[in-house]
Amino acid sequence: MTATAQKTADERLVETSALRKLLGRPELGSVVGAVAVFAFFVVFADSFLRASSLATVLYAASTLGIMAVPVALLMIGGEFDLSAGVLVTSSALISSMFSYQMTANVWVGVGVSLLATLAIGVFNGVMLTRTQLPSFIITLGTFLMLTGMNLGFTKLISGTVSTKKISDMEGFAGAHDLFASTLTLGDVDFKVTILWWFGLVAVATWILLRTRAGNWIFACGGNKEAARAVGVPVTATKIGLYMGVGLGAWIAGQHLLFSFDTVQSGEGVGNELIYIIAAVIGGCLITGGYGSAVGSAVGALIFGMTSKGIVYAEWDPDWFKFFLGAMLLLATLLNHWVRKRAEASK
Amino acid sequence: MARVRTGVRAVGAVLVMALGVSLAGCSSTGGKKAEDARKAAAAGGKSAVNTPRWTVAMVTHSGDGDTFWDIVQKGAEQAAVKDNIKFLYSHNDEAQQQAQLVDAAVDKKVDGLIVSLAKPDAMKAAVARAVKAGIPVITVNSGSAESKKFGALSHIGQDETVAGRAVGEELNKRGRKKALCILHEQGNVGHEQRCDGAKESFDGKMQNLYVDGTNMPDVQAAIEAKLQSDDSLDAVVTLGAPFADTAVKAKDSAGSKAEIDTFDLNEAVATGLKSGKLGFAVDQQPYLQGYQAVDLLWLYRYNADVLGGGRPVLTGPQVVTEKDADALLDYAERGTR
Repeated sequence: MTATAQKTADERLVETSALRKLLGRPELGSVVGAVAVFAFFVVFADSFLRASSLATVLYAASTLGIMAVPVALLMIGGEFDLSAGVLVTSSALISSMFSYQMTANVWVGVGVSLLATLAIGVFNGVMLTRTQLPSFIITLGTFLMLTGMNLGFTKLISGTVSTKKISDMEGFAGAHDLFASTLTLGDVDFKVTILWWFGLVAVATWILLRTRAGNWIFACGGNKEAARAVGVPVTATKIGLYMGVGLGAWIAGQHLLFSFDTVQSGEGVGNELIYIIAAVIGGCLITGGYGSAVGSAVGALIFGMTSKGIVYAEWDPDWFKFFLGAMLLLATLLNHWVRKRAEASK
Repeated sequence: MARVRTGVRAVGAVLVMALGVSLAGCSSTGGKKAEDARKAAAAGGKSAVNTPRWTVAMVTHSGDGDTFWDIVQKGAEQAAVKDNIKFLYSHNDEAQQQAQLVDAAVDKKVDGLIVSLAKPDAMKAAVARAVKAGIPVITVNSGSAESKKFGALSHIGQDETVAGRAVGEELNKRGRKKALCILHEQGNVGHEQRCDGAKESFDGKMQNLYVDGTNMPDVQAAIEAKLQSDDSLDAVVTLGAPFADTAVKAKDSAGSKAEIDTFDLNEAVATGLKSGKLGFAVDQQPYLQGYQAVDLLWLYRYNADVLGGGRPVLTGPQVVTEKDADALLDYAERGTR
């Protein structure tokens, strides 16, 4: 984002001002929103600004941010994934039950779970590209099937609606360190998911802005037919994006498993919308072709700040969903306005 | 444009009329006025002690708009007023979210913490963090087995298996042969224990049916379908008071003869018991759970008193039938039973 005030003759080399460039960024609206929400809670919640409180907020943001990143990429690519929420639960269930039933090293279960979530991603992608049906319908189907399978298989295999404890099994300690450990800086505890989250955002941003695959993603979401015509492998890109969601669900699911030891089979329903909300607050367009990974992270942060800020501010949690909805509307309106401004000034 | 204006005007006129009707058409019975009168008659809002103003946070696994937890909250609030305690309440039905809410309460450095352990493993680390921070913890409602292990002072609630057995025995007494147990929260271990307990002591056959408790029409349709497909079912046990009413509706439209019984109590259940639409209810006295938890934290802060001697303090099961209905109806109406 370095810009100089120099003017050159060639119009392709005309430097846009720093402000213009900033206005053109998809995450701008959300950053303004995040600063506003932060300032708001600093004023109204006296325990919000403590280091331990901020660590809790970051943790809350990271657990959904990990999923918001691939969901944002998918939305830039022009598709939805409604199965993302329950896929997280599936990932944890598969890992836990495989290890337990096979009495295998926990890492084997973790590996099997990765394969399974990627396979579900491939299934979504292939179904979508083969049938040409809207992703809304395809993934709604996967969402319902996974919800049923989560409960059905868990009951069938474990006999109850939650999985058995695996904390005494070989490999658990190592996997716990990787997915659910706590890092202490000073006297503040940070969860390792925050690192996973930042890592994913960095990788996704690099893919989007610095690689050919990134261009493909933008092209697919912008205009599929035009993209195909100029040689973008649309089918492979979309399948890859769904596999990305699978990967995110794998990380989030393993965190769920290794921090809580047992997994409830009925959870995760409804979270897919929260991931989409985070991506949209972060500047992704519902229609695709526009957005950023950093934006999704800011969206997740807004969500984390709001959900925990209400507790620190000692408000009635009954109003939480209202605030969320209002924030979503405001963020989208702000994005829309900023984008119009940016386009008009080009 | 002109048409839009007319539309706006028409809507305005309707609104004004509606307001007029609502002002003119006062009801002389029931409604908000009656409720306010009842509230004024209830226990006063003055603190009875002169201890410092401690802060107690309660974090439960309740979903949004749950009647049961509303009553728990009322009990807790009443005790908080009496004990000069600042009471904070938060809830989330997803384990991870609930754990994060506990973290938030610990960050706030509250003077006491009340937690429900419906999904104990998920809450372990968060509760341990509270204990490590020196915050006294009391568990309520679910988690009697884990409470002590996690370092809580006491557990206040009902042993779900014991309550389940009470239901099975009551069903035997009423000569039932084939019953249905309706689980409205998938993944809640306490609910599984209730149905298992009932199955254990019940001499007849009992089946479980999972429904989506956040979607009432779906609950009704599921029960209705089950009753239609099997007319030998002669009892339906719901695990929460609001579902009893739905089960009655399902039974009526399915034309079944099954008796509807329920765990927990509310105004509609009390009315149902009185009119004979419901057979019996097993109450765990939610008001008591909230009230006692706050009061015990006050006692611990004030006098280091601990109740229960390391064992759960039971608030149920209390089997209530038609003959108790009259008195309970009054209490249920004011929202404390």
